[in-house]
Amino acid sequence: MIRVVLPAHLRNLTNTEGEVKLQVQGEVTQRSVLDALEARYPVLRGTIRDHVTQRRRPFVRFFACERDLSHEPPDTPLPEPVVTGAEPFMVVGAMAGG
Amino acid sequence: MSGVRVLVGTRKGAFILTSDGRRERWDISGPHFGGWEIYHLTGSPADPSRLYMSQSGGWFGQLIQRSDDGGATWEPVGNQFQYDGVPGTHQWYDGTPHPWEFTRVWHLEPSLTDPDTVYAGVEDAALFRSADGGQSWQELSGLREHRSGSSWQPGAGGMCLHTVVADPRDPGRITVAISAAGVFRTDDAGKSWQPKNRGLNSTGIPDEDAEVGHCVHHIAMHPSRPEVLFMQKHWDVMRSDDAGESWHEISGDLPSDFGFPIAVHAHEPDTVYVVPIKSDSEHYPPEGKLRVYRSRTGGNEWEPLTRGLPQSHCYVNVLRDAMAVDSLDSCGVYFGTTGGQVYASADSGDNWAPIARDLPAVLSVEVQTLP
Repeated sequence: MIRVVLPAHLRNLTNTEGEVKLQVQGEVTQRSVLDALEARYPVLRGTIRDHVTQRRRPFVRFFACERDLSHEPPDTPLPEPVVTGAEPFMVVGAMAGG
Repeated sequence: MSGVRVLVGTRKGAFILTSDGRRERWDISGPHFGGWEIYHLTGSPADPSRLYMSQSGGWFGQLIQRSDDGGATWEPVGNQFQYDGVPGTHQWYDGTPHPWEFTRVWHLEPSLTDPDTVYAGVEDAALFRSADGGQSWQELSGLREHRSGSSWQPGAGGMCLHTVVADPRDPGRITVAISAAGVFRTDDAGKSWQPKNRGLNSTGIPDEDAEVGHCVHHIAMHPSRPEVLFMQKHWDVMRSDDAGESWHEISGDLPSDFGFPIAVHAHEPDTVYVVPIKSDSEHYPPEGKLRVYRSRTGGNEWEPLTRGLPQSHCYVNVLRDAMAVDSLDSCGVYFGTTGGQVYASADSGDNWAPIARDLPAVLSVEVQTLP
């Protein structure tokens, strides 16, 4: 199981609390995790990645294992602790404002 | 007994205020989608239970929510607003070409006759239409592809299409307004568009009476007389008696002709409301007095309406989509402020009272008169 932590605004949209647990087919990458996430919660389509280009929205970041993975290519395998479920994959809204 | 539902969009969620026809006691529900910017929510004239909401934010983009039960529950519908073809460029603030980029939906305008048909005015300026209750959206790209499109420039709030006025007598005729391109009208249901800015004069642009480039803030129309349009421009209150073919100024004796919203009385087509604001650099009322001005002569002669409104130390703004009227026998008038107050008058503006005091900054106010 892949554990995904969503920011508050997206938990609000998906009516979820805490972590989301996903089954991901094949290699575990940003793309495959986000595909599985959007398949479970279609409301998230367009909120994390652009509908057409599939690029990460500018103020969204991806963290895991104390690393910022936002600039990794989307098909790069995610760290092993994310694959095993030891660590979550975190979707983060960039800090802004006062 | 009839009732009223006031739909309020704010910087941090939506609120729904309801009252019976006396409009003395109000129930408030919300925040709906707390923390999200709700630029606009509005109801279908053909089915008052059907509501549409524009929900957006800088982090997570645009969503459209739909309600089929008057706002008790909401369902996300389509949020893919894709320009037709390669959208090209418009002018940026510094005069350089800037690619057309979708940012948000400013305004939703449901069809007068079909609850599943709704128009969306967006930033960067374009008009989209859905005929399936918001599930999918198609651009009416003849507007953006107008020969002047590459010269359009954003106003301070972004290059937004914020006003959509449908002609109740002619389903093919739609008038829109864009900041800061001006007014455009289609007479063939959105295939082709023509600028309708003759008579506008704007000192902030190089050619003061240019065909396009005017910062129109809002347009209002009375359904019984669709050829008459009232406009609050950046500066100047204007009127057209020929569906936008030409405009003339009706600012008359207003203390300032800068402002954002403009509204028409439900039963008196020549009774018009504006909220004068001191200037474009001081977005607050003149003298710190929050006054709605009413003309009962279709413009030029204006009277201040102050009873129940703060008359000292008031420095809020009233945004372009934040004023509306109900259609009860004694017409109700409503507006919301950037200070989070929603004021209502049940007697055409003679007396006012706050019906909500401490909401987040109000972006839009719409009113539904319920049977």
